[in-house]
Amino acid sequence: MSQGINIYLYFSKVFTGDMFMAVGQDRPGLISRTVTYIGRRSDLIWDLLLEHLWLIIVSISIAVVVSVILGVIISYKSSLAATVLTICQIMMTIPSMAMLAFMVPFFGIGFTTGVVALILYSLLPIVRNTYTGIKEISPAVVESAVGMGMTEWRVLTKIKIPLARPVIMAGIRTATVMIVGIGAIAAYVGAGGLGELIFQGISRSHEPMIIVGAIGVSIIALAFDFVLSWGERRLAAVGKVREAKQ
Amino acid sequence: MIKIENVTKKFPGMEIPAVKDLNLEIKEGDICVLVGPSGCGKTTTMKMINRIHEPTSGSIYIDGQDALKMNPIKLRLDIGYVIQEIGLFPHMTIEENVATVPNEKKWPKEKTKKKVAEMLTLVGLDPELHGKRYPSELSGGQRQRVGVARAMATDPPIMLMDEPFGAVDPITRAKLQNEFLRIQERVGKTIVFVTHDIDEAIKMGDTIAVMRDGELVQHASPNDLLSAPADEFVSSLVGRNRSIKRLHLIRIREILSDLDRPKPAKVDTSVDDIRKQLDESDIRSVMVVDRDNKLKGIIGINDLKKKTGEQAADYIQELDQSVTSDATLNDALSVMLECGEGYVAVVNEDDQYQGTITLGDLLNVVKEDE
Ligand SMILES: Nc1ncnc2c1ncn2[C@@H]1O[C@H](COP(=O)(O)OP(=O)(O)OP(=O)(O)O)[C@@H](O)[C@H]1O
Ligand SMILES: [Mg+2]
Repeated sequence: MSQGINIYLYFSKVFTGDMFMAVGQDRPGLISRTVTYIGRRSDLIWDLLLEHLWLIIVSISIAVVVSVILGVIISYKSSLAATVLTICQIMMTIPSMAMLAFMVPFFGIGFTTGVVALILYSLLPIVRNTYTGIKEISPAVVESAVGMGMTEWRVLTKIKIPLARPVIMAGIRTATVMIVGIGAIAAYVGAGGLGELIFQGISRSHEPMIIVGAIGVSIIALAFDFVLSWGERRLAAVGKVREAKQ
Repeated sequence: MIKIENVTKKFPGMEIPAVKDLNLEIKEGDICVLVGPSGCGKTTTMKMINRIHEPTSGSIYIDGQDALKMNPIKLRLDIGYVIQEIGLFPHMTIEENVATVPNEKKWPKEKTKKKVAEMLTLVGLDPELHGKRYPSELSGGQRQRVGVARAMATDPPIMLMDEPFGAVDPITRAKLQNEFLRIQERVGKTIVFVTHDIDEAIKMGDTIAVMRDGELVQHASPNDLLSAPADEFVSSLVGRNRSIKRLHLIRIREILSDLDRPKPAKVDTSVDDIRKQLDESDIRSVMVVDRDNKLKGIIGINDLKKKTGEQAADYIQELDQSVTSDATLNDALSVMLECGEGYVAVVNEDDQYQGTITLGDLLNVVKEDE
């Protein structure tokens, strides 16, 4: 937490007075120092950016598989639904520092710990959306599928999941954008990524590192948001045409 | 043949059973209509046949085989199923919807494709025009047609239809009913048909099973049901206007040939000839057809006053509605009331003129009955 306050104090100082070549000071302004830093350490920055991306992609991929399966299971056993959703909700409310610290004894320091924590964070949006996506399908559609002789597996794969897909996609997007930010904090337990720049920058009072790390994280988040919402819109557009009036 | 024996269905947590000790036998090739007030157990009865619901006790036999011992998936693949909400798959095209059961049965692609086109044509849809569309892009009536086509795609010997024509306006419904009866004449399936509309029951049923509070009250032919209702409940369900209800039972073609009607005029007949024809009889108007006998409209005697030497074509009034000869007399009556006229033209599927039915003809039928 104290780190958060530090960052805040730091930035308020930086952005009020020190932004450009400050009058009466002999140091160059923050922007030009950041540009210089990027030029000097572009290899490192690029590596950390890719590492961050990789952390997110691995986590979200596993999370999607786990959450969709969980969501499907609770759509069949509604007695489990409330419990599972509550547990997922609790996961999300655990502060990220606490969650990461708690993981270390089990998974050690490193990438795995980061991935496990990020998976736990992304459960709720995807499980919940899978569950509601399936539950919202018109009972008549499911009944006619069953009544015509489709097996339960075929009903699930041919009818339920395709119809719930736009809603599931929305959950995946929410989860992804969220864990891009949390992923920065995972550097704290050695999971790598742009968080390293931020943490190092803070401990060394090296503003350009912090700026580059923070902006890098935002760019990744915006990129995921853009790509996934584009995919979502495409699915929804098709889905809407099909669903309208039904 | 479907045989329901001593079947009772009690839903968990319900005090009274939804279906009580039901016995019902449906002959091969018959349409048996289940009719009765809302909540009397019609849908439940139907859904026990394809085992969406399992009976609490009793047995169901299909062609002598115990349905309750069969594999439910195999059982359902051979029973066509249409529900009131239609339940088309919104994410699939019309073609894909109709191909559902063929795909489940793993038919070869070519065979499925041919069958889908054939089924769509059968229910009056154009495979080229509608096949690639999604259900949301069709009208209510078209969707009902797709529902029927989908249920019949693999030619199942048995069909279960729960208010299949419920969600459309009365005129469209009458049309769908007539089309379906025409198809049934050809395919002769064993059909369980659920409705809460007694008029639809009389029109569609070879037999009618009247239910109340989960029990079967009477199972009889429409004629017997009308002439000998088993009790107060049935007679109030059938209603007081029984002879008018009989209009449901008679098809237009059954009386059309006995009617003595003037020949239709051709579009190029001269106005003088038409007037002469009308003056000689007591009829005040005449239908006009083109060279292919297609109905063009009607000319009334008043339209022709003081007109000479011209062709009929110049004075035709188009008709809003016509009926086909396999429609019932009641359908004809509906159209007359709808248009506010005392007659309706009868045409065949190609719009060729077959004759005219008047209000007087209907009155004669009702009178004969009494
Ligand atoms: N799945 C279910 N669980 C519990 N009760 C049910 C279920 N399905 C039907 N019922 C009850 O069984 C009774 C008969 O219902 P059913 O759907 O067979 O009526 P219906 O004759 O088809 O009526 P309607 O004309 O309104 O469709 C009703 O009292 C209904 O509430
Ligand atoms: Mg019902």
